[in-house]
Amino acid sequence: MIICLLASGVFAASTPSTSPKATPAAGSPSASAAPTASATQLSPAEKAQAIKTDSVTIPTPGELFAALAKPAKPDWAGRYRGPIAMNYKTRAQIALNIGGLIADGFIAVEAQDTQQVKNIGGDIVKMAKALGVSESILSRGNSINQFAENDEWSTLQEELEATQNEVKASMQSHRDQDLVILVSLGGWIRGAQVVSGVVAKNYDEKLGQVLRQPELLRFIRSKIAQVSPDLQNDPLVKSVNDQLGAIEQIVATPFGQALSAAEVTKLNVSVNKLMQDIQRKDQ
Amino acid sequence: MMRRRARHCLAIFAALALSASALAETDQEVAARAVALELAGAFSNDGFKLRDGHWASTLAPGESKIIAVNLYAGNEYWLSAGATEKAKKLTVDVFDETGAPVAAETFNSGTKAAAGFSVTNSGQYFVRVRLEEGEAAGVCFLYSYK
Repeated sequence: MIICLLASGVFAASTPSTSPKATPAAGSPSASAAPTASATQLSPAEKAQAIKTDSVTIPTPGELFAALAKPAKPDWAGRYRGPIAMNYKTRAQIALNIGGLIADGFIAVEAQDTQQVKNIGGDIVKMAKALGVSESILSRGNSINQFAENDEWSTLQEELEATQNEVKASMQSHRDQDLVILVSLGGWIRGAQVVSGVVAKNYDEKLGQVLRQPELLRFIRSKIAQVSPDLQNDPLVKSVNDQLGAIEQIVATPFGQALSAAEVTKLNVSVNKLMQDIQRKDQ
Repeated sequence: MMRRRARHCLAIFAALALSASALAETDQEVAARAVALELAGAFSNDGFKLRDGHWASTLAPGESKIIAVNLYAGNEYWLSAGATEKAKKLTVDVFDETGAPVAAETFNSGTKAAAGFSVTNSGQYFVRVRLEEGEAAGVCFLYSYK
């Protein structure tokens, strides 16, 4: 801890005097700022060659909820779902449901519900252990409990993603890297279910804009296409991937164009069906 | 403030330990991540939440890499890059899904650079991290949102 505190002093001292905090917008970037002089249009080849990774290219459910929270002010506790099974048979279904639970954790954080965060943290640990991920996930569970008890909601968001990444890293080190994309996908589906449900009930164009994400779906599907043939032929994975193809069409409005109210409703129906399939016990 | 700094510091060490052990990053990339996290920590003080996910590599002078991210309308973002000390000037530029440059507030200081903007259209964005000046260096990119 002493080393840590000393280091934090060093970090503070090395923070540049022209910190972004000192900008006129007081840390909040504005849309009116000018692009840098060197920035010219990217070519199609440059866009095609862009680096895409699970950990950076796929946003967390927390980012999606943050975008929804400002204009819609949802009743987050009203978006909880009932308990799900903890003993799924296939590793694919466990991975998808871990992703869903992580998203549930973000919902509980938005609701600032200490007990719900602790319950979900426990479920995440339980399900991750079923996959045989490393014991270090237990300490993540303890951290989640501690942050929840101290009402450290912002830190909890970071901890939830860190927990998810630790599960994924453990999967990679156990030669289960094919499951990593399923964790991300489970989180996206649960997030999309919640957000599309809220937007469908309170539609306006601004909210319809939040759910437009065709390239994200394309990327997720391209990753699923790279997993082992065995996993691709898992009945649940195959069904989910087929349904994602249809969902990709719904969210593929041109850049700058929001989803219509009808499209949001259609999306909500589709992701509700997906979530039912993923959390069903008798797969 | 001290508690927050200490927690931020702990988060950096925990993140670095995880990335070093699980993702087999080079020492240069781990060091670059520490710089990027230090920069992003300044935004955390303004309520920006830091993504745990990151990208790291080594860049030669004049070399750039483009990373795709998916951002949501209504959110504000700071896209940050950090490099090891052999880097003298690093830049971050942002482009939208069509490839058009995005108007962003920029920050640039030696081994650190960032671009911040409010997203009005959800979709894919491209972040170009470029080592303008200096010797080959480890570089890390990550982002924060609120």
